Amino acid sequence: MTFPLLCFYVFAAVTVAAALAVVSLKNPVHSVLMLVLAFFSAACVWILADAEFLAIALVVVYVGAVMVLFLFVVMMLDIDIAPLREGFARYLPLGIVVAAVMLAEMLGLIGVRAMHAAEPGVDPAAAHGLANTEWLGLALFNHFLLPFEVAAVILTVAIVAAVTLVLRPRRTLSQKQWPARQVQVEPSRRVRLVKMPSHKAGEEQP
Amino acid sequence: MITLAHFIVLGTVLFCIAVAGLFINRKNIIVLMMCVELMLLAVNMNFIGFSRYLADPAGQVFVFFILTVAAAEAAIGLAIVTLLFRNRGSINVGDIDSMKG
Repeated sequence: MTFPLLCFYVFAAVTVAAALAVVSLKNPVHSVLMLVLAFFSAACVWILADAEFLAIALVVVYVGAVMVLFLFVVMMLDIDIAPLREGFARYLPLGIVVAAVMLAEMLGLIGVRAMHAAEPGVDPAAAHGLANTEWLGLALFNHFLLPFEVAAVILTVAIVAAVTLVLRPRRTLSQKQWPARQVQVEPSRRVRLVKMPSHKAGEEQP
Repeated sequence: MITLAHFIVLGTVLFCIAVAGLFINRKNIIVLMMCVELMLLAVNMNFIGFSRYLADPAGQVFVFFILTVAAAEAAIGLAIVTLLFRNRGSINVGDIDSMKG
């Protein structure tokens, strides 16, 4: 057993254990934290597969942004967990059976023994004399330029949709300015001159 | 020596765990979304493995796009969950049946 293979097994075991914890833990906050661990270990596995750029992108974009968004929402919503757990024990055997059958079918279809013949060879990016990021970037900005821009549009639409969904105009506390009213204002509505009788020194106050 | 089978089997195991999670957490919509994220991770694992062993950058480009779409999906999904909680005071999937015919 070589050292990279040992590392692969360790990271894969951590990923699978964290994924099991995600689906089985009681508290959603703990589930999100376990999901962070699963993504981080998956990023380590990707580094073993010579996909350094995507591994770091997974850590930065996913763990750094999306998982923190999940954590924000889970902690912001004051959720009563007990009713959400009902049916857990009832559906547990069904879930395990379905997952086990799917796993057996998929592993049978994949043909694990046949795949073992696939030798990894050298890193494909290094074979071209490039770093992984250069290799990926050359493909992304030559063959996949239009999909790349479509992805940018998708992200923009997602931002607009999320803001539109959650934005709630507050009427009572609104500090909005009305320029037309500000221009049309008259002095009589802003300043009131009051004539007060002045009293001289020496007079007694009533 | 890490072979292609290692990556495929890891992706399969992750996918099956996520499917089991969909079954046993069918009331909590946030855990359901986390299970979908796990499924996408499993698919990404397959793409990375095939990209490495077929020496084709298209697999990694696809992982890039899947990450983009998954981020958009998470943002909109969490916005909908927030809106749901604000309007109904609950995120129980069993309570969201007002569109049932």
